[in-house]
Amino acid sequence: MSKLKNILFVFIFSIIVLNSSNSAEKSPPFLETKWTFKGLFGKFDRASLQRGYQVYTEVCASCHSMKYLTYRNLAEKGGPEFSEAEAKAIAASFEVTDGPDSTGEMFVRPAKLSDKFVMPYANEQEAKAANGGAYPPDMSVLVKARKGGADYIYSLLLGYSEPPEGVELDDGVYYNKYMYGNKIKMPAPLSDDLIEYTDGTKATAEQMSKDVTNFLMWSAEPHLEQRHKTGFRVIAYLIILTVLVYFTMKKIWSRVEPKV
Amino acid sequence: MSDHEYTPSSKFGKWFNDRLPLLTLANHLTDYPTPKNLNYWWTFGGILTFCLITQIVTGLVLAMHYIAHADMAFSSVEHIMRDVNYGWLLRYVHANGASMFFLAVYIHIFRSLFYGSYKSPREIIWILGIIIYLLMMAAAFMGYVLPWGQMSFWGATVITNLFSAIPLVGESITTWLWGGYSVDNPTLTRFFTLHYLIPFLILGLVVLHIWALHVPGNNNPVGIDIKKPSKDTVPFHPYIVIKDAFALLMFCIVFALFVFYQPNILGHADNYIEADPLVTPAHIVPEWYLLPFYAILRSVPDKLMGVVAMLSAILILAALPWLDTSKVRSAVFRPLFRQFYWILVADVLILGYVGAMPAEGLYLLIARVATAYYFAHFLIILPVLGWKEKTTPLPLSITEPVLGGSPNLAAARSDEKIEKTIK
Repeated sequence: MSKLKNILFVFIFSIIVLNSSNSAEKSPPFLETKWTFKGLFGKFDRASLQRGYQVYTEVCASCHSMKYLTYRNLAEKGGPEFSEAEAKAIAASFEVTDGPDSTGEMFVRPAKLSDKFVMPYANEQEAKAANGGAYPPDMSVLVKARKGGADYIYSLLLGYSEPPEGVELDDGVYYNKYMYGNKIKMPAPLSDDLIEYTDGTKATAEQMSKDVTNFLMWSAEPHLEQRHKTGFRVIAYLIILTVLVYFTMKKIWSRVEPKV
Repeated sequence: MSDHEYTPSSKFGKWFNDRLPLLTLANHLTDYPTPKNLNYWWTFGGILTFCLITQIVTGLVLAMHYIAHADMAFSSVEHIMRDVNYGWLLRYVHANGASMFFLAVYIHIFRSLFYGSYKSPREIIWILGIIIYLLMMAAAFMGYVLPWGQMSFWGATVITNLFSAIPLVGESITTWLWGGYSVDNPTLTRFFTLHYLIPFLILGLVVLHIWALHVPGNNNPVGIDIKKPSKDTVPFHPYIVIKDAFALLMFCIVFALFVFYQPNILGHADNYIEADPLVTPAHIVPEWYLLPFYAILRSVPDKLMGVVAMLSAILILAALPWLDTSKVRSAVFRPLFRQFYWILVADVLILGYVGAMPAEGLYLLIARVATAYYFAHFLIILPVLGWKEKTTPLPLSITEPVLGGSPNLAAARSDEKIEKTIK
């Protein structure tokens, strides 16, 4: 099999792999921004994750749940890494219904580290009723559930504009050039100085979008840092072993004949 | 099995081996004479065994944490990803492992196609391989359903609905498969059970596959029969073992790059959305390794005929040893076949590509042409080539570049001219 054909083979194969996740719809190229979590040693920007949590809890959380996250996650390694006391304080600011107690009654208590993130609505129906029939998706794995991942979420948050001429929008529907079909039921959630960052960073729409997307990336992939770290070690180990095995192989095969 | 007798040196070894000849088996596997000109395309058998074991081991641990219930499957997968120690690693290895398994099996199959490894006397090895491949597809499809995401649910719906195309009993069969009137909890639990069972069936078939291989021995890039053991062969250990190990390590590096740096690139984003029977995704596509067959299915306008075409596309491979009428095994000595081989490779890749695209317009037209060509390759081109093609002369052995060899000794005997050359 000739080299050229092999290269052709790999080329066609990679086109297929890359294209199989792309469907026919054309959307504008995503806004570009630097993500610290990409690359061989990619790590999260700790301060950005903490700010991102603030954006989530002060803005997004009024409609979007994050049901797979637990308050203890906020203090865990590789995440926003709030101190345990801070995470406890965050948890305690939410109320959860627990029980039944010894008298058979349900009771309300402050949340603990072991509790899941409190959901804004009791169920999907209530969420839909409060949002004009659209269900605000759970955000725990949202980044992984959208083509384009973090770039898509970031672009979408900043992709609101007036509809171009000829596009009619119903009441409660907004124009977003990155949304599938360009119509979205979520009004533009972020605007400059909507919140006040506790660390004094200026809360521009770009800054908030970036921070909250970082936070969502972490929530979708909480072990990303460990994955990159382990991955580098595994691959380094494999490469060294491969080289050693290669020379061993050459030595062993030299007994048979110089060239096979 | 090898002809020479093996006697263990220790007394206990002899006592044990007389009752259960495990040591004889180990000796056979160590000494097994292997053609010394095997290239790296031959290392994928070992790689595939590694893939199967990896899937079984990671799958076993995942099954300890996974909950096969429509209400809990999705969140139990998230539990594995978040809270189980190294759960993310296990799941990413298992999910990407399926893709790597298919990548390796496709290389293995196309190796066979190029060097004519399916031809006499290796037909049974080949057919066992096709059965393994079919079971792999079944296992992969059911495994993809288990996370209970949108693609899981709708993929299962599309594929199980294919059975409703069967005349008269189709609807009943579909209901029976589902265990209800739609894909639901009973479907999930039975898919989980079968997904757990099939790998062990594959393991058994792999043993038969290797057993059947050890009767005639390996084919080789030259495709001629060789004397065993002889100057043309090397013992399996250490020569082939070390070569397989080297290739396996290279394979593992690629595997690791996917697992650690692009774990979701081969999957579909929609599968991170929990299954919702009321919301249909815009495009329902199977995993990449099933796309060529999906393209064939959709290229036929009639549902029943589409299913028949898809199944035939796989089953036709089982008849390949008899469809390919050429006595020469290796494409190295078949200049015309070699051209058609690469056209077939391109054809399958094109089918895979259009399988991922919407079935409309130009894509549909390409899919139809490619489907027609796929069948033409096996049903027309291969049988005719065997008669018409002028093959280049074969060498007598691997070590001696003397021409005048024959693909197999039986054929040589019936051909006087070649027999004279041998003398």
